[in-house]
Amino acid sequence: MTIVAHELKASYAFIERNFFLTRRYWGWEIAFLVYSVAGALSISLIGADQGSPTLLLTLMVGAIFWNYLSVVFSWIAETISVERWEGTLEYTMMAPIRRWSQLLGSVLYAMVYGLVHTTVILIVLILFFPQLDLAGANPVTVLAFMLLGSFSFVGIGMIAAILPLLYVERGAQMTFVLQSCLLLVSGVYYSVEILPPWMQVLSHLSPATYVLHGVRAGLLKGTSVVDLFGDVWPLLVMGVVFIPFGLWAFGRAERYAKRTGKLKRVG
Amino acid sequence: MTAIVLPELKNGSGGLPSQPTQPVASHRRDIAVPALLIEDASKRFIVGRKRKPVVAISHVSMRLERGDIHGILGANGSGKSTLIRLISGLLTLDEGRVEVFGHDIVRDEMAVKRLINRVSVDAAFFKKLSPMENLLFAARLYGMDGTRAKREALQILARLGIGANRTTRPIEQMSRGMQQKVAIARALLTSPTLLLLDEPTTGLDPRSKLDVQTFIEELRETHDATIVLTTHDLAEAERLCGRITILNDGRVVAEDTPDGLIALVASRLGRPATLEDVFMTFTGRSLDDDVEEDESESDD
Ligand SMILES: Nc1ncnc2c1ncn2[C@@H]1O[C@H](COP(=O)(O)OP(=O)(O)OP(=O)(O)O)[C@@H](O)[C@H]1O
Ligand SMILES: [Mg+2]
Repeated sequence: MTIVAHELKASYAFIERNFFLTRRYWGWEIAFLVYSVAGALSISLIGADQGSPTLLLTLMVGAIFWNYLSVVFSWIAETISVERWEGTLEYTMMAPIRRWSQLLGSVLYAMVYGLVHTTVILIVLILFFPQLDLAGANPVTVLAFMLLGSFSFVGIGMIAAILPLLYVERGAQMTFVLQSCLLLVSGVYYSVEILPPWMQVLSHLSPATYVLHGVRAGLLKGTSVVDLFGDVWPLLVMGVVFIPFGLWAFGRAERYAKRTGKLKRVG
Repeated sequence: MTAIVLPELKNGSGGLPSQPTQPVASHRRDIAVPALLIEDASKRFIVGRKRKPVVAISHVSMRLERGDIHGILGANGSGKSTLIRLISGLLTLDEGRVEVFGHDIVRDEMAVKRLINRVSVDAAFFKKLSPMENLLFAARLYGMDGTRAKREALQILARLGIGANRTTRPIEQMSRGMQQKVAIARALLTSPTLLLLDEPTTGLDPRSKLDVQTFIEELRETHDATIVLTTHDLAEAERLCGRITILNDGRVVAEDTPDGLIALVASRLGRPATLEDVFMTFTGRSLDDDVEEDESESDD
């Protein structure tokens, strides 16, 4: 029990530190928010331009929730790349903590950050498109899919974090490659049915596909979580499979780095 | 007697890092478990498909008792930092084993991690965060709570000459020497029983150097810490270290007290010698063979 308490304290260390980082870079955070709002807005405007409220909402959901998932994803991956960049990774790796507590802290912070970020964008978009009718939306469904989605993205985030662990300079950029591939196959702005069959196979492997499908159903049709079980269980399975796999893969990469001396930067 | 003390040591050292192993200290004389034991450690780095691996550490053995300050000297690239990283668990051993207070660094990884901390040449921090924010993060990783971490961080920083008013601005605004002092504070904050100092005073001004050296001595006396120190400052090594190991190309070429080493080299040179003469003698490449012969002689 004391071990768990100790590990949770360590998780909190990561939450607090990431909060300090956000606070210190607040100017940049605002700039990033402006960038995200502008991006979501311009994509939604395509729908407005076509005069189709359904298309508008579909695109809006895609833009907002893709933003949420990529924020969560990049915070997890960045937890490693920032430390690698600053050279503090050796000290963090030396600390008597388990990788899962490090991960847990990063994930919790990423989710809160993502939630705040997404809420701001949502509010701006709702103000911008007063014609939107969200009376029939089911907020519980939306929230449930956001949580489930973050859960299943954790494992992928861990796998992505391996890249900056091993490759200081380019590793962080490589996580963007992974992100854009997910964007392509997950039906963020179009339905996955229009993709060639082999790509559709990939789309079934992306948690984002189910998250977006669920969120859209909840927001546009007010469908309840129970009725969306077909989207819930793949997310649960992916979380259960990807998280241990991510931890395992990260552990392997860590051992590889320690064997080949890749953790060090200077000295 | 030892049989009674041993389990107590395991308990004390396996506990939280915030509890310096007090009960053990009183039994210091009875403990046969070395603070650090390195046996036949080797480490190679693969640097390319076609190239020969770099042998950074080759069959190094070492034994430190509790409370020792043990110096490691050697030319650039002789393997000092690699050895420190091997003990820290930042690199895996190719051969051999390392034990910290009887805990194997591979099998008892967590127990060992609680006992050690390290200061390296470069002060790695989140440069935009303040010293206090950085120290708070480090302390929490070792299970300290915030209030206590803040209080102790201020004390240690003050002791190293950094006032409370400097602890809230980004660390990037500090000079290199000041950053290095914060790095030392980070290591001390977790009350390590084995402290690994990799050139901790490189880049400090003479007064700061003295501050840090005095502090290291204090640490041994008041915290009962065992310290491994690598340095290029020979006066520092002579002042602080009870014993000195000299590495050359990853191998131990000499180990003795500073006076012992000086006497050895003096008799070899036929004139009074200094620690600098010792360094030159044992790390000069032209003398390599000479040294090896001597090694096998003095090893017996
Ligand atoms: N991560 C690494 N990958 C490849 N080779 C390495 C790595 N780390 C160290 N080496 C090599 O191992 C040898 C020992 O390096 P090390 O950093 O331990 O030397 P050092 O004694 O600390 O030197 P200095 O006095 O310059 O700090 C060198 O030849 C170095 O090139
Ligand atoms: Mg070095």
